[in-house]
Amino acid sequence: MTPAHVRLKLFASLAPLSPENVDRVVISPGVSVKALLAHLDIPVAKAHLVFINGVKRSLDTRLNGGERVGIFPPVAGG
Amino acid sequence: MRLADEAGVTGRVVEVAALRQHVLPDRYIRNLKTLSEADQIRLLESAVCIVGQGGLGGLVTETLARIGIGRFHLVDGDRFEAHNLNRQLFSSIDHIGMPKTEAAVMRLKTINPGLEVMATAAYLTPDNADALMGSCNLVVDCLDNIRSRFALEAAAKGAGIPMVSAAVAGISGHVTTIFPEDEGLETIYGPEDQLTIARGSETRLGCLAPGVNLIASLESAEVIKVLLERGDTLQNRLLIVDLADYTFETLRLSGTTAAKKASATPQATAKKQRHFS
Repeated sequence: MTPAHVRLKLFASLAPLSPENVDRVVISPGVSVKALLAHLDIPVAKAHLVFINGVKRSLDTRLNGGERVGIFPPVAGG
Repeated sequence: MRLADEAGVTGRVVEVAALRQHVLPDRYIRNLKTLSEADQIRLLESAVCIVGQGGLGGLVTETLARIGIGRFHLVDGDRFEAHNLNRQLFSSIDHIGMPKTEAAVMRLKTINPGLEVMATAAYLTPDNADALMGSCNLVVDCLDNIRSRFALEAAAKGAGIPMVSAAVAGISGHVTTIFPEDEGLETIYGPEDQLTIARGSETRLGCLAPGVNLIASLESAEVIKVLLERGDTLQNRLLIVDLADYTFETLRLSGTTAAKKASATPQATAKKQRHFS
């Protein structure tokens, strides 16, 4: 299967876990967000908000390549 | 204030009367033309409940007082400590140990003694949340923990008023607006009954002044837009900011109401334009 790529942006306390080359993270087409995070050693439990191409989605959403993926941990400070 | 004293009314009432005679108080000159006389009157007639008087709440309170919101209910049970000094606008060496609401009231009096300000030096809980809404037109969530945010949202929905909500961690954060019919915080934090945490990334990252002040300014701008029914609000949308790489993006929250065009003309807002007693 031809590898595809996504752009991955990790926010707040997840940012230090960002992989190298966040603009071209290699995925297997059809992989779920949850599986991608697990593959990258990013704690799924911290991924409270998942955005794909600017729209909130679930961890089970499958990626085909070309998407922008944003992950927010819980943020509640004031 | 002399006119107000002579007439036995607040300065806010005098300012509204002046504006209705097309006399613009000097303090609002720099608000024109972005705000019309009618807008200024509407803001002066508005009552806003700001819950949390820390980093977000302090700057939101100051900003809304300066732009001309007329009536405030400020809520916080905390007192200033030294670790607040990195960001909280109303904190100072002299205010260590002082109730945050007391410092906020003092500050607003120096900005405009004509404002009508009520303060409650208590933490918001599910038991007192409904009473704290009073007769406000809108509530601003400047809290620092998730459970209290849900309690505030429930009270705002119960009162039929919109809630502008913001949260910060480090130099990133987000802002949204929740109308009574919206799914609201559940779309951000998950279902309340499945919460396993009280706080978020801020426990590791802290809260830095540039992030707090920026998010508080965005929250204040949203309050004005909602009160003035300007449309294109953050209803069912989440404005996210990360100063680490200057990310600014407005994301669409999912759910049954997400497809609705974000609009600031809910009946709830107009319905709640009533006096603050």
